[in-house]
Amino acid sequence: MSEREIISVTVQRGGPEAPQYPQVFEVPAFESQTVLDVVSWIQQNADPTLTYRFACRVGMCGSCAMMVNGVPRWTCRTHVNKVLKGGKIEIGPLRNLPVIKDLAADMDPFFDKWVAAEGRHHPTLSRDDAIAEIDPEQPARVEASLGIECINCSICYSACDTVAGDSDYLGPAALQRAWTLYNDGKDADKDAILDAVSGKGGCHSCHSMGSCTAYCPNGLDPLSAIAGLKRATTQRFFRGRAK
Amino acid sequence: MTPFHLYMAQRLSALVMAPFVLVHLGVMIYAIQGGLTAAEILGRTQGSAFWFLFYGMFVVAVSIHAALGLRVILSEWAGLRGTALNALSCAIGFGLLVLGARAVWAVTAGGVS
Repeated sequence: MSEREIISVTVQRGGPEAPQYPQVFEVPAFESQTVLDVVSWIQQNADPTLTYRFACRVGMCGSCAMMVNGVPRWTCRTHVNKVLKGGKIEIGPLRNLPVIKDLAADMDPFFDKWVAAEGRHHPTLSRDDAIAEIDPEQPARVEASLGIECINCSICYSACDTVAGDSDYLGPAALQRAWTLYNDGKDADKDAILDAVSGKGGCHSCHSMGSCTAYCPNGLDPLSAIAGLKRATTQRFFRGRAK
Repeated sequence: MTPFHLYMAQRLSALVMAPFVLVHLGVMIYAIQGGLTAAEILGRTQGSAFWFLFYGMFVVAVSIHAALGLRVILSEWAGLRGTALNALSCAIGFGLLVLGARAVWAVTAGGVS
């Protein structure tokens, strides 16, 4: 790609205070350019009022996810030449979340649902106790380890059609977090986790369409984690509660 | 009924339906070899406690399963919530149960058709 090439970038502008509308920018193409580079170029060279969010630029922080050609992506790790269609790109705010302005989506519903899915640690010991040893090869630990690289980018939440149809649905990331804690040997309240994911909008609302797993930029598998929660709740139904 | 109970009801009704569907299809394919009249069918089903229980349980499972499946579609696609959603789902389930029970009664109890 030579530097003289120009990319036609359609950016979704506006938010709750102004009607949303698409705005086209002509952006020069560079070698190894990412979608985040394109958005930053627009903000720095064409329109300083463009609002978007990023932090680490290396795929660790989960801040820069946007819709790129209708698909949720981490823009800092998405190369332009992989998504360019006929010299054009469309960029918009993440789906399934309220828009604050332009490309910045309001992540509050996403994080509120992590809390609602009981995605928090329930300690087995106090700080005065010795640290319990955990065998990394133990099957439950292996299962828990599969989900711990989640960067909370909300791409799975944006990709999920069940979230689109049911605003109460907790979503793949929160449920995967619940499944990780459920399998964590250092978590003391597994019943609380299963209760939290069995209510309205819980894991049983999932239709197993698998967009979460298909679009997760870190290659995680929330679909299987949710299936695990469905199995665990069903087993508890037949076997009764642990306590 | 929590969402989890609805989920279990739909899965368990599916579990009940699976062998019924296989037996139903198998018997249909077997029975129509060489032609079959309505009178011949009724001759075998009327007064049969087995077919009454078979199709009776089938109809109950279908009513539960279909009503719960449509409930999700009504919620996610038509945006129904709360009482409207529950009332319409119950009406669908009850309607299927009445229609199915009438048919089961007609072919197994005898005399009606």
